[in-house]
Amino acid sequence: MSTVSTRAPARPAPATDRNPPSRRRRQVRERQWPAYVFLTPWMIGALVLTLVPMAVSLYLSFTDYNLFDPPHWVGLRNYTEMLTDDPRYWRSVGTTMLYVVVAVPLKLGLALAVATLLKNLDRGRAFYRSAFYAPSLLGASMSIALVWRALFNDGGTVSGILDSVGIHAGGWVGNPDLAVYVVVLLTVWQFGAPMVIFLAGLQQISPDLYEAAALDGAGRWRQFVSITVPMLSPVVFFNLVLEIINSFQVFTPAFVISGGKGGPADSTMFYTLYLYERGFTASHMGYAAAMAWMLLIAIAAITLILFRTSRSWVFYADEEGR
Amino acid sequence: MNIATKRWLPHTVAAVGLLVLLYPLAWLLATSLKPADEVVTSLDLWPSHLEWSNYTTALDGVSGISVTRLLGNTLLIAVGAVVGNVLSCSLAAYAFARLRFRMSKVMFAFMVATLMLPHHVVLIPQYIIFNRLGMVDTYWPLILPKFLATEAFFVFLVVQFMRGLPRELEESARIDGCGAFRTYWSITLPLTRPALITTAIFTFIWTWNDFFTQMIYLFAPEKFTITLALRSFVDQSSTSAYGPMFAMSVMSVLPIVLFFFVFQRYLVQGMATSGLKG
Repeated sequence: MSTVSTRAPARPAPATDRNPPSRRRRQVRERQWPAYVFLTPWMIGALVLTLVPMAVSLYLSFTDYNLFDPPHWVGLRNYTEMLTDDPRYWRSVGTTMLYVVVAVPLKLGLALAVATLLKNLDRGRAFYRSAFYAPSLLGASMSIALVWRALFNDGGTVSGILDSVGIHAGGWVGNPDLAVYVVVLLTVWQFGAPMVIFLAGLQQISPDLYEAAALDGAGRWRQFVSITVPMLSPVVFFNLVLEIINSFQVFTPAFVISGGKGGPADSTMFYTLYLYERGFTASHMGYAAAMAWMLLIAIAAITLILFRTSRSWVFYADEEGR
Repeated sequence: MNIATKRWLPHTVAAVGLLVLLYPLAWLLATSLKPADEVVTSLDLWPSHLEWSNYTTALDGVSGISVTRLLGNTLLIAVGAVVGNVLSCSLAAYAFARLRFRMSKVMFAFMVATLMLPHHVVLIPQYIIFNRLGMVDTYWPLILPKFLATEAFFVFLVVQFMRGLPRELEESARIDGCGAFRTYWSITLPLTRPALITTAIFTFIWTWNDFFTQMIYLFAPEKFTITLALRSFVDQSSTSAYGPMFAMSVMSVLPIVLFFFVFQRYLVQGMATSGLKG
């Protein structure tokens, strides 16, 4: 097929074209260049701000680089140091995993519970839906992280309330065992976004299904398990993937609540916070790049596992006939 | 349970839940108006008298830069990001949703894959690029990427919306002799308005809330955003100036709250559809 490169642009598509255009399509068929004009900004961005930086960061992860001197090749040293010789790295992995494992199920569970509650409201549903959604927008801000720090600080509202019922836990922010849960609670507070998606999913389930089940004598719980859960499983899956990917990258609340340093005693040293510290405070850009790649590998692996296992529990109604 | 309880119970649960949920926001507003001595000593939500001077102190801003200036800086970045995202994402989305071109499947798959890409992987090389271009400590690194459709979430959102539009109008426009650009501008774009409004509002709020990128790229206090100023205010004053600090916090979330009240219908619907059509 050496003639391909010399082919005149006006020549009609060869007969071997795998997807011959339908007659209707052919009528409105255009040359291809307008598509590339539309795509130019995206292609520049994908190349200059995504693909090339990915390649460069992979290269940098094998170097010692401080942003000022040329990168110095060190092979796998960043990776081996991280995995075998850096307890703070493992601490940050542990903290982040704990956070993801606790916060994501709590957030999604609450989101589903509230969505179910709102679905059964006879009136005022739109109002509650919007009101419960508000924290999802505000929660990412510096202001709300500051509020959280003050609420859970020594002498703050939370320790005051706990004191009055006889639990003397003190301020959570300064307590290495509890500080991470301040971030967890701030994340759970923002359950509105998945709740809105759950509610939309619940409203798409046909009422006929519930009526038929009720006629067959199925109770509330039975209906929930046999109809709601399978019909909603694609939405659960979507929310789960989205929340896990986002949770691995939490930064602002961890930064604010720990005073920017991951304290006390590294108990809120989240992965991204440690990455920032290594790269931008300590000027170990190569090490930070290696950390970023480990994060990418972890996220890709977890997403892949979720997609693989989803075949056994995610139910797609339109696939039923196959 | 009798019928009346059955009807009122969900409402009561929802109302109580909402009160708990909104407590931190009430606390923020109340604390911003508290006199200094009540902030740490009293657990009462409402101040004994309203301390408006917290707001005048906060208005002076940080390092001699007034809050008006800081809000103006943030607004400039957010508006730039909104224009960039709406323009570039709708262009790319139109090509993916409606035009045929070689490698379209590969490119679309790549675009969707970048939804999962942690920002940290490209962060350092991007920083080096902007540094080489002399753009560190300017607003370019915060605005320019939005003009290059780097936020795959919005490209994807608009693609999904455009795919749901009927093709007939566009096809008849084509047959009447409209080129791809004319069709995009006069037919598809107006029909895509709900998705574009969603993109605009989310971009505005996310840019307004952003902290990490702003912290990395901006150094000069006169270029600070309200978020960066708030952080240095905290560092300078510690807990001694709680009132003014939370007064400034209120001012920094006010635009988001206003956006929420005006556009909540679009926000909620945009969020809902993003999870159902995937």
